Amino acid sequence: MAEPRRPLPRPTPETQHFWDGTREHELRLQRCDACDKVYFPPRPFCPGCASREVSVFKASGRGILYSYVINHRAAPGFEPPYSIAVVELDEGPRMMTNIVGTPQTPEALQLDMPVEVVFEPVGDEITLPLFRPTGAPS
Amino acid sequence: MKPGSVCIVGAAETTELGKIPDLSQIQLHADAAFNALADAGLTPADIDGVATAGESPTGVAHYLGITPTWVDGTSVGGCSFMLHVRHAAAAINEGLCSTVLITHGESGRSRVGRGGFSRPAASFAGQFEAPFGVMGAPSTFTIPVLRYMSTYGVTEEQLATVAVVQREWAAKNPRASHRDPISVADVLDSQMIAYPFRKLMCCLVTDGGGALVLTAAERANDFPQRPVWILGTGESVETPLVSQMEDFTSSKAFRVSGARAFEEAGISHADVDHLMIYDAFAHLPLYGLEDLGFVGKGEAAGFIEERNTAEGGSLPLNTNGGGLSYMHSGMYGMYALQESVRQMRGTAAAQIKDAAVSVAHGVGGMFAAAGTIVLSNERG
Repeated sequence: MAEPRRPLPRPTPETQHFWDGTREHELRLQRCDACDKVYFPPRPFCPGCASREVSVFKASGRGILYSYVINHRAAPGFEPPYSIAVVELDEGPRMMTNIVGTPQTPEALQLDMPVEVVFEPVGDEITLPLFRPTGAPS
Repeated sequence: MKPGSVCIVGAAETTELGKIPDLSQIQLHADAAFNALADAGLTPADIDGVATAGESPTGVAHYLGITPTWVDGTSVGGCSFMLHVRHAAAAINEGLCSTVLITHGESGRSRVGRGGFSRPAASFAGQFEAPFGVMGAPSTFTIPVLRYMSTYGVTEEQLATVAVVQREWAAKNPRASHRDPISVADVLDSQMIAYPFRKLMCCLVTDGGGALVLTAAERANDFPQRPVWILGTGESVETPLVSQMEDFTSSKAFRVSGARAFEEAGISHADVDHLMIYDAFAHLPLYGLEDLGFVGKGEAAGFIEERNTAEGGSLPLNTNGGGLSYMHSGMYGMYALQESVRQMRGTAAAQIKDAAVSVAHGVGGMFAAAGTIVLSNERG
C-alpha cells in the first residue's frame, strides 16, 4: 500500500504562473507596475494599490529563516520531527515552506540564517519550493 | 453602538463539560440554549434573532423551533461569538429583532455529529500552507512565536508561566478539566508537540457549549438575572494564512478590534477589572495583553511573571482557567464571554471582588480574526 502523501496544491488560473514556475525550477513573484510593491500569494492585481498592471518576475530564491516550529506529530507524507517554516524572501514577501538539508533541531535552525530555494517534485504536475541553508549540500 | 443600549439577560453553558459522548454537536447547542433560556425565564418562542457558528443558524433555528427575523452565521473561528454579540447589538438597536439567542456547541473531543475540517486544495491554504505539513492549530498557530520570543527576549520558562498561572485559576473552578497545580518544570517536561510548544502550553480538546440571550436595555429589569450591559464592541480580520501576518509579533486584527471596543465603551485600561483573552495556546495572552494596550510591546511576559494576572494581581486574567485548563472544544470564545458574564453577575467560582468592567477578547483561526466585547454590571 502506498504511503500517505502530503496534500498537494491545486493551481487556480491566478496561481498557475507560480506553479508553472516551480515546475521549471523558478520561484516567481509579482510586482506592481504602478507602486513597485512585490507581493505574495499571487493575485492579478496589487493588494497594496489595487492596480491591475502587475508583472510576474523570477525571484532570486534567496531569503532568511523568519520563524518556524518543529512538528513532532505525524502528518501524511512527513516524518516527524520536521520543520514548518516561514521564509522572508530578499524581495520582501514571506512564504511558508519546510527547511531541508539540515538537522531538524533548534540548534540547526537559527532565525535570520540565510536560506535558498530548492525544488522538490511531488508528482508530474507539482513541484514544491522548499528551502535549505545557503551553502548546504543538495 | 451606544454603550449600555443592549444587555445580556441569559447566559449558560452546557450542563456538562469535558467528555460528552452521548450528545451530538447540535444537541450541545440545544442543551446550552435551553439552559440560557431558562436562566432568562424564556422559551424558544420568545426568540426572534439567532446567531451561531459551528452549525448553521438555519440548523439551530429549525432544531429549536424558532422563526427568526434576524440571523447571523458569521464563522471566523473561535471569536465568532464576540462578533455575534456585536452584530446582535446592532440588530437590536436597529429594530431587526428584539431577543437574540447566540449558541455554541462543539463535540471537539468526542466528535459526535460534526463535519471534518477541510482546506480545499485550490484555496490559498491548500496551495501555500497545507503542502508543508501543517496539522491543525498546534503546528500552525504557533509558527510566529519564535520570532516574537527572539524579538523581545521571551524565554520558554516565561511561556510556561502563562500556563502555570492559569492552572492556579482553574484549581478554584469545579468545572475545570484540569485543576492540579503545575510548575514551570512540569510544563517544560511535558510532551513536545511543535517546538517550542509542549503539551501543557496547548489548549485542551473537550466537548461542551454555551449560549447567551440579549435584549434591548429598556427590558433589562424584566428578567430574573442581574443584567450585564454591553459597553463596547470590536471586530476585525487579517489573513487566513498565518504566514501572511503583517507582523509576527502582533496581531493586526487584535489591535483593530480592541481599539474599536475601547473607543466605543469610552473606557481606559485602568477601568478594566477583569480580562478574558482566548488562550488557545500559551502565547495568546502575551499577544493579547500587548495588542489590547494593557502593557507595552514585549512587556507581557514580565507582566504575567510578576503575577499581575494571578489572584491578587491588578488584572485578573482567564479566571476560569482558560482554554489551557478549563475547557476548549475547538472554538472557545463563548466560554470567555460566559466567564465575563459570571464575573459581572458576581457568580464566578473565582469571583473578583467588586468587578464592574470586564473585557472578553477572542481570536479566530490562526490570528486570522478577532472580536472584543466590553461588559459591565453598571449601565455606564
